[in-house]
Amino acid sequence: LAKYIKNEEYPDLSKHNNHMAKVLTKELYGKLRDKQTPNGFTLDDVIQTGVDNPGHPFIMTVGCVAGDEESYEVFKDLLDPIISDRHNGYKATDKHKTDLNFENLKGGDDLDPAYVLSSRVRTGRSIKGFTLPPHSSRGERRGIEKLSVEALTSLDGEFKGKYYPLKSMTDAEQEQLINDHFLFDKPVSPLLTCAGMARDWPDGRGIWHNDSKTFLVWVNEEDHLRVISMQQGGNMREVFRRFCVGLQKIEEIFKKHNHGFMWNEHLGYILTCPSNLGTGLRGGVHVKLPKLSTHPKFDEILTRLRLQKRGTGGVDTASVGGVFDISNADRLGSSEVAQVQLVVDGVKLMVEMEKKLEKGEAIDSMIPAQK
Amino acid sequence: VPFGSHYVILNLYLCSAEYPDLRKHNNCMASHLTPAIYAKLCDKATPNGYTLDQAIQTGVDNPGHPFIKTVGMVAGDEESYEVFADLLNPVIKERHNGYDPCTMKHPTDLDSSKIHSGNFDPNYVLSSRVRTGRSIRGLSLPPACTRAERREVERVVVEALAGLKDDLAGRYFSLTQMTDEEQQQLIDDHFLFDKPVSPLLTCAGMARDWPDARGIWHNNDKTFLIWINEEDHTRVISMEKGGNMKRVFERFCKGLKEVERLIQERGWEFMWSEKLGYILTCPSNLGTGLRAGVHVKLPRLSKDPRLNTILNNLRLQKRGTGGVDTAAVGGVFDISNLDRLGLSEVQLVQTVVDGVNYLIECEKRLEKGQDIKVPPPLKYFK
Repeated sequence: LAKYIKNEEYPDLSKHNNHMAKVLTKELYGKLRDKQTPNGFTLDDVIQTGVDNPGHPFIMTVGCVAGDEESYEVFKDLLDPIISDRHNGYKATDKHKTDLNFENLKGGDDLDPAYVLSSRVRTGRSIKGFTLPPHSSRGERRGIEKLSVEALTSLDGEFKGKYYPLKSMTDAEQEQLINDHFLFDKPVSPLLTCAGMARDWPDGRGIWHNDSKTFLVWVNEEDHLRVISMQQGGNMREVFRRFCVGLQKIEEIFKKHNHGFMWNEHLGYILTCPSNLGTGLRGGVHVKLPKLSTHPKFDEILTRLRLQKRGTGGVDTASVGGVFDISNADRLGSSEVAQVQLVVDGVKLMVEMEKKLEKGEAIDSMIPAQK
Repeated sequence: VPFGSHYVILNLYLCSAEYPDLRKHNNCMASHLTPAIYAKLCDKATPNGYTLDQAIQTGVDNPGHPFIKTVGMVAGDEESYEVFADLLNPVIKERHNGYDPCTMKHPTDLDSSKIHSGNFDPNYVLSSRVRTGRSIRGLSLPPACTRAERREVERVVVEALAGLKDDLAGRYFSLTQMTDEEQQQLIDDHFLFDKPVSPLLTCAGMARDWPDARGIWHNNDKTFLIWINEEDHTRVISMEKGGNMKRVFERFCKGLKEVERLIQERGWEFMWSEKLGYILTCPSNLGTGLRAGVHVKLPRLSKDPRLNTILNNLRLQKRGTGGVDTAAVGGVFDISNLDRLGLSEVQLVQTVVDGVNYLIECEKRLEKGQDIKVPPPLKYFK
């Protein structure tokens, strides 16, 4: 029976609009259907979220996830074309540059705080030797948490801090974390729940942050670790310095335990969602651009600067009071320094444009060429 | 293997890293999944590859409610009930009033002629309904089935239903292909089911690939309805306006037997065992899988503080008219049997018939200003 109905497994993607649906032909499905990673993650596991979430006519989601590091190898015939579509034509033979040397960033310490309200850089890291959130078992998740807590609580100086496990935080701690905008909640987005990332919640999940609340790590949310450096105002340079230094300190500790971060020279840092490969970095600011944001060329300017806009609630939210979240659009194929440089230079330019528009002057001559 | 041997100790140690944290949980699975049982079962799988972690995932993800005790686990296939018997048997026993699958047999009886007094006063009973589920042997259940298996369930059942005749003749509406008009009609008829939103179901994987291979079949008279690939392979529903529960049950039995005959002609059969009766996804629906109920107007009785005791003693449960987890509106209740396993279909429907007749009598007495009696509790099975 199993054999006779096997060729009826191909999903109906006729109403779908996501990267997976564009790439996964019936032939390709047949070719990959019987493969699995050494941890038992299958093609059906990879694509489930994309099958369950047909997508939106305007927003192209990825539609697949990795369950472990090996997924990117075993299912490369599916994932390479998706990566190429998502990351500007990135080829299977391309190499990704990693540069976490904050000193290579030019400027970034003088974004006008009258316009730039806050600055933030985030990325993700996966711990080698464990499967990723769509596939990890409770035991693995707890192992990740244990290692992470060990690493983080050993930090000192500006990185001295505390871990708050989700399942045992007090009401007072929870209240504080909410007020600080640090607390993350059980995922409700079907993009994540259909990929199995909310299983066993809140077991093994938690939040660590330093005493000065400028460096924050989420454990076992959408990735093993999400690392965030942030502060009020426009000193992106300082935010990036702390980001790089903190990451490198953490990585050293994990390496000592023979559990370094997942990384390779083709895909950079390996994360759950193919959209976050490479640097996994989103560096951005909350910036007041009430005039520029209503200018007919706003979106074009962003595209040319290789930036994207979001509302101040994050992805899929609307802007409030002319304040936008502006961040780098790229993740793979350029380094951390290069991506943050684009944010720094681009935001600086847009603030100058805003000031010009305030004075009633035109900005046409300032519109940049495509970066 | 004697307790204390190397194997058991090692297994306990390795599995203890995986054992779920159930300290804040209130469901049947959490009540019975000891670390020792977890260690014994954690590396087992059914022939289809369904594991214990998969079976309990819904119960781990949904800690439950202090007042409402959910089951907290599902079966991914027929074999789950054997492979994970060490956990499922105590869960079944708790949920089904002490029914012990190791020692007891479940009676199946679909002879509707045995029902008496099954035509209720239509001044009180607005509608009557009987539902159950059926699973197709050889194909995995909704938590575990692949797209191909689900499509096969659809194919097998739709083909069989096409063979129904006379008052049972009808047609199929696939969720992926129904027109807007068909959808609106099905909504107006209160037939349409939607993608599950309850985390009890979604965490068990039952909404995967929606709406692929899901659909609704109903007869032309709109009195016999089948849901395909929702929470079970099939949910079979017989219903009518008014109080003729006997006729509803007659159609129910006739339809079920016809469908069974039609699938058997093609070499298929329903999942059924002597110990557990009809095998369904949720252990709460084993045995008959039967819920026979009415929408009944009991405005005075609804305010009587003895109502819950009366219902309990009659082995009935109340729900709002929107179904499970809804509130009663205007004194109209959904009243149905509490039990599923250990008693036959005929016995359960008769229990509902007797119970609803009693409730109507109570309401009539209250209308006349007379007092009512709480009936003695019905005896359950031996």
